[in-house]
Amino acid sequence: MDAIILQILNGLDKGSAYALIALGLTLIFGTLGVVNFAHGALFMLGAFCAVTLNKLLSFSFETIDPTKTDFLGNPAKVKTAYVESWFGPDVGAAIIDWSVPLAILFSIPIMVGIGYVMERGLIKHFYKREHADQILVTFGLAIVIQELVKHYYGANPIQTPAPSAFRGSLDFGAMFGFDPNVIIYPYWRLVYFAFAAVVIGAVFAFLRFTTFGMVVRAGMADRETVGLLGINIDKRFTIMFGIAAAVAGLAGVMYAPINSPNYHMGMDFLVLSFVVVVVGGMGSLPGAVAAGFLLGILESFASMNEVKSLLPGIDQIIIYLVAIIILLTRPRGLLGRKGVMEE
Amino acid sequence: MLGLHSKDFKTLVIVAVLTMLAPFILNPFPSGSAMAQFNAGYPDLMQRFVIFGIFAIGFNILFGLTGYLSFGHAAFLGVGSYSAVWMFKLLSMNVIPGIILSVIVAGIFALIIGFISLRRTGIYFSILTLAFAQMSFNLAYSVLTPITNGETGLQLTLNDPRILGVSATESGGIPVTNFFGAEMRSTYELVVGGWDFQFNTGYYFCAMMLLLAFYLSIRIFRSPFGLMLRAIKANKTRLNYTGLNTRPYALAAFVISGMYAGLAGGLLASMDPLAGAERMQWTASGEVVLMTILGGAGTLIGPVVGAGFIKYFENIFSKINDSVLHGWFDFLPQGMENAAVWVTEHFVGPGWHLTLGLLFMLVVTFLPGGLVEGGQRLARLFRRKSGDKPDAASQSKPAE
Amino acid sequence: MGILEIKNVGKRFGGLQALGDVNLSIAENSVHAIIGPNGAGKSTLLNVLVGKLIPDTGSVMFDGQSVLGRTPYEINQMGISRVFQTPEIFGNLTVIENMLIPCFAKRDGSFELNAITSIAGQKDIIEKAEHMLESMNLANKRHMHSASMSRGDKRRLEIAMCLAQEPRLLLLDEPTAGMARADTNNTIDLLKRIKDERDITIAIIEHDMHVVFSLAERITVLAQGTPLVEDVPQNIKGHPKVREAYLGETAVA
Repeated sequence: MDAIILQILNGLDKGSAYALIALGLTLIFGTLGVVNFAHGALFMLGAFCAVTLNKLLSFSFETIDPTKTDFLGNPAKVKTAYVESWFGPDVGAAIIDWSVPLAILFSIPIMVGIGYVMERGLIKHFYKREHADQILVTFGLAIVIQELVKHYYGANPIQTPAPSAFRGSLDFGAMFGFDPNVIIYPYWRLVYFAFAAVVIGAVFAFLRFTTFGMVVRAGMADRETVGLLGINIDKRFTIMFGIAAAVAGLAGVMYAPINSPNYHMGMDFLVLSFVVVVVGGMGSLPGAVAAGFLLGILESFASMNEVKSLLPGIDQIIIYLVAIIILLTRPRGLLGRKGVMEE
Repeated sequence: MLGLHSKDFKTLVIVAVLTMLAPFILNPFPSGSAMAQFNAGYPDLMQRFVIFGIFAIGFNILFGLTGYLSFGHAAFLGVGSYSAVWMFKLLSMNVIPGIILSVIVAGIFALIIGFISLRRTGIYFSILTLAFAQMSFNLAYSVLTPITNGETGLQLTLNDPRILGVSATESGGIPVTNFFGAEMRSTYELVVGGWDFQFNTGYYFCAMMLLLAFYLSIRIFRSPFGLMLRAIKANKTRLNYTGLNTRPYALAAFVISGMYAGLAGGLLASMDPLAGAERMQWTASGEVVLMTILGGAGTLIGPVVGAGFIKYFENIFSKINDSVLHGWFDFLPQGMENAAVWVTEHFVGPGWHLTLGLLFMLVVTFLPGGLVEGGQRLARLFRRKSGDKPDAASQSKPAE
Repeated sequence: MGILEIKNVGKRFGGLQALGDVNLSIAENSVHAIIGPNGAGKSTLLNVLVGKLIPDTGSVMFDGQSVLGRTPYEINQMGISRVFQTPEIFGNLTVIENMLIPCFAKRDGSFELNAITSIAGQKDIIEKAEHMLESMNLANKRHMHSASMSRGDKRRLEIAMCLAQEPRLLLLDEPTAGMARADTNNTIDLLKRIKDERDITIAIIEHDMHVVFSLAERITVLAQGTPLVEDVPQNIKGHPKVREAYLGETAVA
């Protein structure tokens, strides 16, 4: 029992990331009809927003501290971050410590902006082209973004720590009456899950309760009719692309402490997120979210030693296997709507 | 000739002449000169030209003709490599059994994956092939380690139980791959003045394979089967209502292109007997897509052009470094020189992939027909300017 | 016993009864028109005949064999060819290439791995394709990209492609929809000529009464998914039930 709970918990954080990326992919596909292979790159850019803010905040200057000497006996140089000198050592250190959550604010305008430029500059020209062309051009864009990041940040993963307050682990089992130290779960992963839930909730609420969202949902169902009503659907779709980019970016920002960002993390997540979208049902937002969590948890179950000893290698392929079975038996996906992307 | 139209035969002859004379053509600069860095006439690179040419020709039979975009063809290449290396380990260092096995095994893989993937079309087909390829890649890295040797990659060792042949040479080394005694790595060097031309057995072996592969692809293009494949791309509904069953046609194309990929994989292993899982990664599949599109999907010669173009520039661009760039922009004033170098260095050396990605976007956006179509457009422009009959171009068949 | 026997065919889509209880017999070598107001179930019926839809009830026999449960290509190979409302041709291919495909389909069946033989070597097939193009006045356009032809030419090409398969039953779905009067008349003449030259049964779904009354030997009027009347054209014109069904629709010409 406790093993099962542990696996469900372990699956949640990856599942959250899948769900957030898949949500954006679905929004873009549902509204613009575009298959975006560069969406993983947006996730990666989000993570690098966190890296960048952390670096910016840590910019420091050197002073000579006469009270200390280094091992040669010379006066020691001390590095002080600018933020520490501006806000005082305590506040400054706290700001640096909290750089990842702060990066949320920092990343939203950046990601929306990137999304806007991407849509207006490139994607817009591919609405009427074949899906194969859309796949190829966004694939090219993903490579470009990835290589630029590699050029400036290097090929190695960059550690980006969570605030120290969240660095420990929660003894989940003890809280619910299981043996202590069996189900322990890092705080930050809980934060990530809660954060993902809030973002997903916000997107759904936005689509359900605002006029803007209603038009967009109507547009997802039938683009032409909405166009006939004289509503400028294209402009709204551009904004939707920005929002989808921001969602992917946020997923990346908060993921940075879980998995040190590297330039190819986007591609790794993209393939899986596409599989998630297909399993959930092309064009279905709840499907994308449900499938994201489902596959995240399945993956985590498959990596249990008991399962692996029974079916070696299953943890490596479980998601693909599920996708293949779903595609062949329920081509529309779990919650796919009729008429979306059918032959 | 050879059952080909005179025009197709001419194309084949041109390709044959170019590949046979490649050691000269690709080596236009004397070895000591400043331009020598643009030479491409050394065995390793020339082998890659033709091997990836074969890979792209095969991919084009599927993607160029039927329009089915597979993102998993690197898996067949990888499978081909593993099969060939196993043949070298167990049977003989002669490349022929290895290559035959690679083609067969890749064909069987393609049959299974294609049979399942082709039950869907469009983007679903792409994602299914992608999923299969990633599965193969992940498995090659994990549980299949006894077969693939995991991250290290499959290599020859000194105690391979080779049935026809020896485990180790008399001098204690690992035997080398050969074609009935002709060693793949042996190279004849011809030094003429400042030029150093290299004639490599392996290259000529691969080139013969390329010609065979190219000839077969011409035959397929001009066959009723090829016409049906193009009809799939043009209008599936009409094809069904004309009494034709789409699926076996698409599956046959998928298997044929998978076998081409297997041949390419087998040749890679024959030139350098090792096989690693990274050859199966989906970015590798993306590369063959790019070659085909860049050259011109659906055209005969396009994929070969695309493969050569990409492999050449990959090699050249990767070699260019800071000091080379400073040499180039020497004539500029100091500040501008630095700026020019700063901009350019993004695209060269390790930045080659950035160039590749940009190229990808530019070609898909502005030149969906690839370099071949671009060339045709240019040719048409010239013809029109020189006052020739303009309808010569419109009469050319689309599948050239 | 007609060449096509439709018995008790019914089809529901959710709450909508698209076809009620259709009984219809089409005599061999006749021209049979199926008319009816919008939403009468004409297209649904057609899709049942070609294998795109499977009905909930009933049977469809073509020349003594059931077509139900067969895929479109199998039904086509049995001898039923379909002309679409908007011409379905291979837009990316040249006109002659379009024409070759049905010729191969007729000779080689639904699949043939003819991967090494050259098209140019298949003299009989090329001759047949050229002959079909000539008979449709398309020969001078043989190397044209078929997508760039006029709509009338596309329609003729599509009909030629269907005829190249030597079908026993030709289904036409509003073949003159969206055509100018002159083109419509040309199409009527073409279909008349086809009828005279071949042993072929033609079933035509049409809105345009002018076309229907110029061509049809028998007419079935479909309304709300059931056949209302079936008779020769003279008797259909003044039939009270037909007027009723068409009230507010196209006036009977």
